[in-house]
Amino acid sequence: MTSDRELRVSKIQSGTVIDHITSGQALNVLAILGIDGTDDEIVSIGMNVPSDRLGTKDIVKVEGRELSQGELDVLSLIAPVATINIIRDYGVVEKHRVDRPTEVTGVLQCSNHNCITTEDEPVDSHFEVLDDGVRCVYCDTIVREDLAAHILA
Amino acid sequence: MRHDHVISAKQLTRGDIESVLDRARDIAADPSAYASRHDGALLGLLFFEPSTRTKMSFSAAIKRLGGGVVDMGPVDASSVKKGESLADTVRVIEGYADALVLRHPSEGSAKMAAEYVDVPLINAGDGAGQHPTQTLLDIYTIRENAGLDDLSIGIMGDLKYGRTVHSLAHALTNFETTQHFVSPDTLALPRSVRYDLHEEGASVKEHTDLEHILPDLDVLYVTRIQRERFPDESEYRAVAGQYQIDAGTLGAVADDLVVMHPLPRVDEIASDVDNTDHARYFQQAHNGVPVRMALLDQLLEGEQ
Ligand SMILES: [Zn+2]
Repeated sequence: MTSDRELRVSKIQSGTVIDHITSGQALNVLAILGIDGTDDEIVSIGMNVPSDRLGTKDIVKVEGRELSQGELDVLSLIAPVATINIIRDYGVVEKHRVDRPTEVTGVLQCSNHNCITTEDEPVDSHFEVLDDGVRCVYCDTIVREDLAAHILA
Repeated sequence: MRHDHVISAKQLTRGDIESVLDRARDIAADPSAYASRHDGALLGLLFFEPSTRTKMSFSAAIKRLGGGVVDMGPVDASSVKKGESLADTVRVIEGYADALVLRHPSEGSAKMAAEYVDVPLINAGDGAGQHPTQTLLDIYTIRENAGLDDLSIGIMGDLKYGRTVHSLAHALTNFETTQHFVSPDTLALPRSVRYDLHEEGASVKEHTDLEHILPDLDVLYVTRIQRERFPDESEYRAVAGQYQIDAGTLGAVADDLVVMHPLPRVDEIASDVDNTDHARYFQQAHNGVPVRMALLDQLLEGEQ
């Protein structure tokens, strides 16, 4: 009998498998990756999959796609124990945990609608990562709840 | 202080604050000694929302140092309405001036603008964010009237949106002060300021009622609660009425309680307080000129 991971991972030829996602966050992970089904990327999702480590977890597999550092940074905020498996020729060629960054730039929108970064100015959003949430370096607003809702499209 | 931008009170150390205050005291003692100190220097005024007071105070300060102003003028007459970005506006105007003063309705505007200019930029209020030069003159007034050691200060009114409150609260963490925040629950300190005060290990207490802490205070700093923070007039009147003071309120306080207000006031301090020894808010407003002179003197000195 193959393990849970092999069973779900081995079918992808090349691309990325994001495993050990906090249950319920799979769709938010897709949002971070900008995947909404309108492109031709092949995507599989497992939700509430039994996991020895987490009880249950979500898994996202994306064919032909690797992740940018910015995407990994935000991913780490909503799925702090996620593992990233880079697959080539049906095999895991690289496997790493997400790192919690000290700051994230250009990937989250400030929740303060009066913040200069939400206006039509040549400035990227920029957040300092706190133990519990993130903080806009421009207006100081602390965002703790529902970070995924603040992901820039 | 380095010749640099002045964006937030959070960036000010005790040493920064004291060096501005010491210089302000020298200036106040002998203004004529500074009258030609920055002959010909030009201060660029960019006020994207009306603020007669702060603007006049900066104008007076630079003129009393021998300089002058170039003023963008009211916003409706400027290119802003035509859709020019703030980043473009400041990059153009920095070519006309030796330092810039910016008042803008968006939080974080001064920080962003400073990233685009090389001349010193002073934040004169960014939305509900920060107003560091107000804080310098507030602390100057506190130091002159009550001292800054072992100080107990009450800060009352709109603590949520009040940028003068946010700046003052940050700056006071450099001194041995206990800060009592008095406001309705709906206008209590924002999470970000509370977070910083906690990180700094500041001594902070929050109250919804002034009466029981009033006898313990050395300074009471009153701010305006604005009508637009409330859904209707009657709720506004009911709540705001609890955070107003008059001579009767001050009947039981220590003789040397100092009452301050960033002005303009509406009715949160009754006019019968004006003639008591407690009232220092007009002196506070006047202190804006020597304190801004001191700050400009330092910033322009660094530019030479
Ligand atoms: Zn912001």
